[in-house]
Amino acid sequence: MMGWTTLLLALREIRRNLMRSFLTVLGIVIGVAAVVTMVTLGNGATQAVSDQITSLGSNLLMLRPGQRMGPGSSSGAPNFKAEDAEAIKAQVGSLKAVAPTISRTAVVVVGTKNWATSITGSNSDYFTSGNWTLEDGRYFSATEERAGKAVCVIGATVRKELFESHSPVGDTMRIKQLSCEVVGVLAAKGQSAMGRDQDDTIVMPLRTVQRRITGKQDVSTILISMQDGASTEQVTNQLTVLMRERRKLSDNEEDNFSIRDTKEIAQTLSGAIGTMTALLGAVAAVSLLVGGIGIMNIMLVSVTERTREIGIRLAIGALEKEVLLQFLTEAVVLSAFGGLVGLLLAAIACYGLASLLSLPFLFSPGINLLAFGFSAAIGVIFGYVPARRAAQLDPIEALRHE
Amino acid sequence: MSDVLIQLAGITKTYGQGQAAFQALRGVDLTIRQGEFVAIMGPSGSGKSTAMNILGCLDTPTSGAYVFDGLHVEDLSRDQRALLRRNYLGFVFQGFNLLARTTAQENVELPLLYRGETAEARHELAMGALRSVGLAEWAHHTSSELSGGQQQRVAIARAIVTNPKVLLADEPTGNLDSKRGHEIMELLVSMNRDHGITILMVTHEPDIAAYAKRVVHFVDGQIAHDKENGEAA
Repeated sequence: MMGWTTLLLALREIRRNLMRSFLTVLGIVIGVAAVVTMVTLGNGATQAVSDQITSLGSNLLMLRPGQRMGPGSSSGAPNFKAEDAEAIKAQVGSLKAVAPTISRTAVVVVGTKNWATSITGSNSDYFTSGNWTLEDGRYFSATEERAGKAVCVIGATVRKELFESHSPVGDTMRIKQLSCEVVGVLAAKGQSAMGRDQDDTIVMPLRTVQRRITGKQDVSTILISMQDGASTEQVTNQLTVLMRERRKLSDNEEDNFSIRDTKEIAQTLSGAIGTMTALLGAVAAVSLLVGGIGIMNIMLVSVTERTREIGIRLAIGALEKEVLLQFLTEAVVLSAFGGLVGLLLAAIACYGLASLLSLPFLFSPGINLLAFGFSAAIGVIFGYVPARRAAQLDPIEALRHE
Repeated sequence: MSDVLIQLAGITKTYGQGQAAFQALRGVDLTIRQGEFVAIMGPSGSGKSTAMNILGCLDTPTSGAYVFDGLHVEDLSRDQRALLRRNYLGFVFQGFNLLARTTAQENVELPLLYRGETAEARHELAMGALRSVGLAEWAHHTSSELSGGQQQRVAIARAIVTNPKVLLADEPTGNLDSKRGHEIMELLVSMNRDHGITILMVTHEPDIAAYAKRVVHFVDGQIAHDKENGEAA
């Protein structure tokens, strides 16, 4: 019997038993689609977090007043002054950038448009410590910093909300009573690890913000960027000693400031995402297993009917290998079809969910192959093995099978 | 009418082993000539169906010799026995054994598929066979849309479509009412008379056996008597 006759027989048998074929395919589709979707999205989430960690800036320490007690400084710990940042820069080794910052939310007006955004006052080290790059224009100069000039560098979101497509460099915008010249536009960084839009920001010289917007000499956070290879522990110790001294704390008093290591935050986050991915993977593995059991059930339930069918075919004069080839072809066609539909469904689901959850869509050939291979193997094994057992019986035993 | 087609010598069949062993056949000798119509009768458990299955190469004897048209069947492999069934034997079962959800025509074409006939030849032969059992206009109906008598006629069409030397029928009327049963028997008689097909039929009904030319009686795994029909009982 020619190969294509077998294919014809197998396809006929699939068409004839549409419900059984459909259920078998469904089991495989669900198994493959679930695993591939979950693992792909999990990988996307991990990738997104690691991107955000990179955008946060490497080797960054954040010095804040008060102890770590939730948001906002607690127990009236005094804020820092610009001089604290200068002292750190002068006295602590292996640092790349030290940026004293103060932030306020304010409404910015350009022509008829207005937009509430976060205004940060700092120095040019701010851009180094935050891994910022320029898209247009320039950063403000040391002279402008010292003089407290009304110049600002704006984030991509602010630019999008307040300016049309033309370059905003040289334009002025109004913040409260302050009229401020745009000198640069920052390249977009996207969401932060906490889900905040990092590009919704305006950066001005510290002195300008202190004089014209907050009206105080306070600095709320000092961003400290270490050189590559610097020991976080050593820098943290030096910082602690220096700040205790500057804040005149006696030996039995606790620190009224805290130092946070962004790497630490990043590690915590990526650990959490890793756990999530593992969990999703486990859920996916269970769905693959459930899909597999579904396939097994369908195949085993139809064993009686199929055994008699095999008996009929053998009695009529089919060779064992012809019957087996037909059943194998049937199982392979169903499993491969189910697997491909599953992969297609997973691709669509991943694409949709990735854009919905703003995650990158990372196509992983490995997991696609693995899921496809596993489901197809279950389909083929459970389609073929019972058939093989039946085809090895004497025809009369297969015919009598109840 | 004198060519020997089938010869059984000292055939035994034992099911199970040791204490639980059951001897279904205890030394059967039987000769069947080309063109005969033989009814095999006997009470249940007498071994008539076992003998039939061995004759049809659906089952293998425990010992003894089976010569089919000069071939020693006990020396054949599984595949060779399958080829023997494919080329020389046709089967009709009590329970019809048609493929479910399959049209009459496709059922009849099935043995031709395994013989590697082309689609046109399959179609032509299958329609011819269905015509000869009077079901040409039912060709595209599935088994479940046919009555019992019609299903058995499809089964007969499937058995004769390959033009076999021997047609083996195991209680072909067992699931049918008496009117349909007699219609099926008329059909088998005409197959035997007009096409010269040798027919071996198992039955326990004397009026069905009466259609045959020769009746073989089994009792306790052995042939009790073997008579030409028409002889004084």
